[in-house]
Amino acid sequence: MTRPLSEGSWQYRQLNSKMPGLDYLSDALLALVSAGEPVVAGTADLQYSNGLSKFARMCPERFVQFGISEQNMVSAAAGMAAAGMRPYVATFASFLALLCCEQIRMDVAYSALPVRLIGHHAGISLGFYGTSHHATEDLAITRSIAGLTVVAPADGSQLASVIAASADYPEPIYMRIQRGRDPDVYERGTPFVFGKAIKHLTGSDLVIVACGSTVHPALLAARSLNAKGYSIGMIDMATVKPLDRDAVLDAAANARAVLTVEEHNVLGGLGSAVAEVLADEGLPVKFRRHGIYDQYSLIAPPTHLYAHYKLDAAGIEEIARQLAESGNRQPIVS
Amino acid sequence: MDFDAANGRTNDLRPDDARIALLKAKAKLSRLETVRLIEIAKVGHYTSAFSAAEIFAVLYYDTMQLHPTDPKWPDRDRFLMGKGHAAVGLYPILADLGYLAKETLDQYTRLGNPLGDHPDMTKVPAIDFSSGSIGHALSAGCGMALAARMQQRDYETYVMIGDGELQEGQVWEAALFAAHNRLGRLVGIIDRNGFQLDGRVDDIIGIEPILDKWSAFGWETHVVDGHDVASLATLLRALKADKTREKPVMILANTVKGKGVSYMETEPGWHLGYLAPDDAARAIAEIESMEL
Repeated sequence: MTRPLSEGSWQYRQLNSKMPGLDYLSDALLALVSAGEPVVAGTADLQYSNGLSKFARMCPERFVQFGISEQNMVSAAAGMAAAGMRPYVATFASFLALLCCEQIRMDVAYSALPVRLIGHHAGISLGFYGTSHHATEDLAITRSIAGLTVVAPADGSQLASVIAASADYPEPIYMRIQRGRDPDVYERGTPFVFGKAIKHLTGSDLVIVACGSTVHPALLAARSLNAKGYSIGMIDMATVKPLDRDAVLDAAANARAVLTVEEHNVLGGLGSAVAEVLADEGLPVKFRRHGIYDQYSLIAPPTHLYAHYKLDAAGIEEIARQLAESGNRQPIVS
Repeated sequence: MDFDAANGRTNDLRPDDARIALLKAKAKLSRLETVRLIEIAKVGHYTSAFSAAEIFAVLYYDTMQLHPTDPKWPDRDRFLMGKGHAAVGLYPILADLGYLAKETLDQYTRLGNPLGDHPDMTKVPAIDFSSGSIGHALSAGCGMALAARMQQRDYETYVMIGDGELQEGQVWEAALFAAHNRLGRLVGIIDRNGFQLDGRVDDIIGIEPILDKWSAFGWETHVVDGHDVASLATLLRALKADKTREKPVMILANTVKGKGVSYMETEPGWHLGYLAPDDAARAIAEIESMEL
């Protein structure tokens, strides 16, 4: 066991001041251990980034440090699951979903083993760390792997609820989360049901469909527009796969436009999933996918990037208002 | 490390003549059935299965604790294949032990049959882990060995890997991990048949000195003739009896690719192949004449 961080160190202070969302990760896993679940937590040299250091401290016999060997971590987690354990393994989404894509497909999904893959710091939330640390492809990749459930919790509470609900969920799961600094959307203990969208607002002009980090700003944008006289609905599509098709159909039937918003490439992620439903059903609703428009992100602090790519509340409001008012279906390139 | 010299029990653990004859007969069964099954598929990995025939036979008829009527018995020993393309040589053994119906074996690779070129744990309960993508199995074996320790179960995890497989980086991630975590119940077996799809392993990307590499990574190493069932069985019995070991073990099993069929042996052009009826008859005759 590595010696604990010094209380005066930068990493210790970061861990204890700014990461409530990810702190929920350890808490939720420790609760499962207390309930007798055969949970194992693992990470690849990122216990202070994802907050699993708390789990490691409280439950060292169920914690596995894999070091910088993500592919070994995923395959070993599959081996543990095949032997009856329930592994939750976490690393940056960029490494988990991209570097370990084939291990996820072969050893986890194809082998139908109940491994829980936690891709954190997803999207562009690592800001100026750059493209190597961004994951704007992970939803597209994981969504195309048969047998894998894909969820993107909006905050720490929802993450904790997803983990609680995962205890008796038989399928492998990819969980996509950000840095643990997301503003609260949900109250602690709100039950989570896989495959069920959460409708926050109903509206007839336009419905915004978001997941993960875009849920909070999309809610703010919708409320702001509603205060200005628009009728804007808002859905949290926390489970990207299997997608809640009924929620999409309901939105399309009751509103004139649908807007998807995701911290992800507009190709292959939430927007594509919703578009597939609309196209399958032949629904003539106005539709736009908003996110990262098939490009690599600039370097900047995350909040600056969200403003630049119109993924903050003001940016989403602008996009939503344009779509609600116009017939323009062309993407708005940032 | 010279296990045999250090351990006086090895002679006591040597299988008796009847067991040796049985193991040889089962290796022969694996080879003959491999020829028959590939005749159904019309293409397959004869030579990769032939180099591993004795390893399969010794593990399944001598070393491993198994429960054929309960393939998911939690305390069974595990077997994983990094070189999943040798599965055609294992399926006949699973059928012989009662894990698979003969009718299933007879429909090898046909539409909807559970048996393909690479083994699938979701379709064949006796397969402990799916494979096909080279380089994953040792990692998965690490996970099983670690789980056994967490669950306080007493089983061994055996992972057979190809020599060409040592070119995969993930193997070395697993090598570091197993040694660091003192996975003493993990036993790797390198089927050192010297060839991979494109030619001789040492001409493509050299992997020697193999034993020095595994020793340097913190593993206990052994060398054995991979076609000598008595030596293989004795070594595996001794390793199983040693309950105090903390190091994972890597066995370098020197083998001949295509062993048993003269015109396939060490001929790189037979990694994948199909025997037309005349050639198949010659192959069967040669296998039948292998010494028992």
